[in-house]
Amino acid sequence: MTDYIEISKELRKKVVKIKHDSQSGHLGSALSCVDILNVLYFKVLNIDPKNPSKEDRDRFIFSKGHAAAALYAVLCQRSFFPESELAECVNGSKIAGHSVKDSFPGIEVSTGSLGHGFPMANGMALSAKKDGKQHRIFVMISDGECDEGTTWESALFASHNQLDNLTVIIDYNKVQSFGMVDEVMKLEPLASKWESFGFNVQEIDGHNFEELEKAFAVVKERNGKPNVIICHTTKGKGIKEMENTVESHYHKVTNEEHTKFIEEIEKL
Amino acid sequence: MRKGFVKAMLELAAKDKDVYLLTGDLGFNAFEPFVEKFPNQYINCGIAEQHMVGLAAGMALSGKKPYVYSIVPFLVLRALEQIRADVCYQNLNVKFFGVGGGFSYGSLGCTHVVMEDLAIMRTLPNMTVLSPSDALETESVVKAIHQTQNPTYLRLSNAGQNTVYQTAPNTLIGQPVIFERGNDLAVIVTGVQTAFCVQIAKELKEQGINITLIGMPTLKPIDEQVLLSELKDIKIILTIEEHSIIGGLGSAIAEVLAKHSWHGQLQRMGIYDAFPTKVGTPEFLRQEYGLDAVSIKKAITTLLNK
Repeated sequence: MTDYIEISKELRKKVVKIKHDSQSGHLGSALSCVDILNVLYFKVLNIDPKNPSKEDRDRFIFSKGHAAAALYAVLCQRSFFPESELAECVNGSKIAGHSVKDSFPGIEVSTGSLGHGFPMANGMALSAKKDGKQHRIFVMISDGECDEGTTWESALFASHNQLDNLTVIIDYNKVQSFGMVDEVMKLEPLASKWESFGFNVQEIDGHNFEELEKAFAVVKERNGKPNVIICHTTKGKGIKEMENTVESHYHKVTNEEHTKFIEEIEKL
Repeated sequence: MRKGFVKAMLELAAKDKDVYLLTGDLGFNAFEPFVEKFPNQYINCGIAEQHMVGLAAGMALSGKKPYVYSIVPFLVLRALEQIRADVCYQNLNVKFFGVGGGFSYGSLGCTHVVMEDLAIMRTLPNMTVLSPSDALETESVVKAIHQTQNPTYLRLSNAGQNTVYQTAPNTLIGQPVIFERGNDLAVIVTGVQTAFCVQIAKELKEQGINITLIGMPTLKPIDEQVLLSELKDIKIILTIEEHSIIGGLGSAIAEVLAKHSWHGQLQRMGIYDAFPTKVGTPEFLRQEYGLDAVSIKKAITTLLNK
């Protein structure tokens, strides 16, 4: 098995560094999806860092663009660009708080406004089908993003058009912008909602590498239905005082915390 | 205009397999020939316009050329953020067609009668904005934008029996159309009212009065130099649009004139910052809101006699 544990530590350290240097929020949102990105980029996706726009590549659409630090971290770790590019997260740098298409190799679309990635992923999945191409489309959405109407418009469309080359990954960390998901807008029963929309549904621990590998192996099979993997995760995963808090959505990492958080991650 | 649009789409789809027609469950009595001939290049996206625009962006990112169609408010207003963030921000080759511009759906009330679309679309970076005058010009510009790569909005209005052209014009994107050249007064018009103005200019000419008449099938970009060279000796300008006077043709012309320190009188005809809440046919509403041929001729005559 790939050394996921060590890679995830590196990813979390990069996320903390970016958040510290840029003094921007969304630390918790980035940390919750790190392990999923790890398995995707180091195991699942058919991609080539040396040829990031090769035509038959799998497309990964990062719809929860506010967690861009995690995407920068994994693209860097997977050698899409050198670590030196992450050195300067200051005014005028390319490291935007929300991921911007082509700002770094491997970023497929610009996102940041919730509910936009899934429709675009549908467009890519439909186009691949029309052209008889075999590559697959993966789109990661947040749990809060399931409040958006376009999420369900997209689900209807994907199912109606039998987009079985599409996999929706939900980073279900249970905390949204201004409260817990259960308090703001209940999603449960989430799995049965997606089932009723005509999806193949899997529900897993989004920090368990074996479960992630297994779930991604399942979606390789195509049965005329789109796929969703509901990943139960922990917001702020890896930094105890940030875990499961709304604060982790806004917290700015201080110099002292930067050192402390890196030490904590090393011990994971 | 819808017929001109469909005719052009049939030609484009035949020669380019990447051309797709996307509709938000609209097109009854217009799209049937397209659906029959090119079922694989036709996608009814359902009544879900925001998703339709995002879908189009994803298709454009995969090398397709989506032509997205819905009624003006559902496209321009409901899906505005998708148009901005998914299409314009990423500068994708998606073409938008808003049907029912101006008073076209005058009997349906102000949920359907939108007078703000040209203004809103004009502010979006990378967006080209078109407002053709009749069916033949619509056909021409739809074919012309197949050659461009950037996002484009085209307003389809109900022109009724009003026609400007007898044969398809060679309308160039960004270029004002010079119908007449005259002294002192220039009329600058876009959309359906172009036909009225061509007729009025002809009638005035028969009386020995020559006005400058400029048609604006493109509201953005505007070839400023062409416009300025036509207007350099003009003292009075009248702009006419079936649209709010805020942000549309009149504003676009005012911006050019202000930038180049033009001195003269500019008068704008359009809808004055209000919902046109009267209900009726486009012809009736044009009379009611002073945008029919009679009202326009009266306004021109008043300005000429000043």
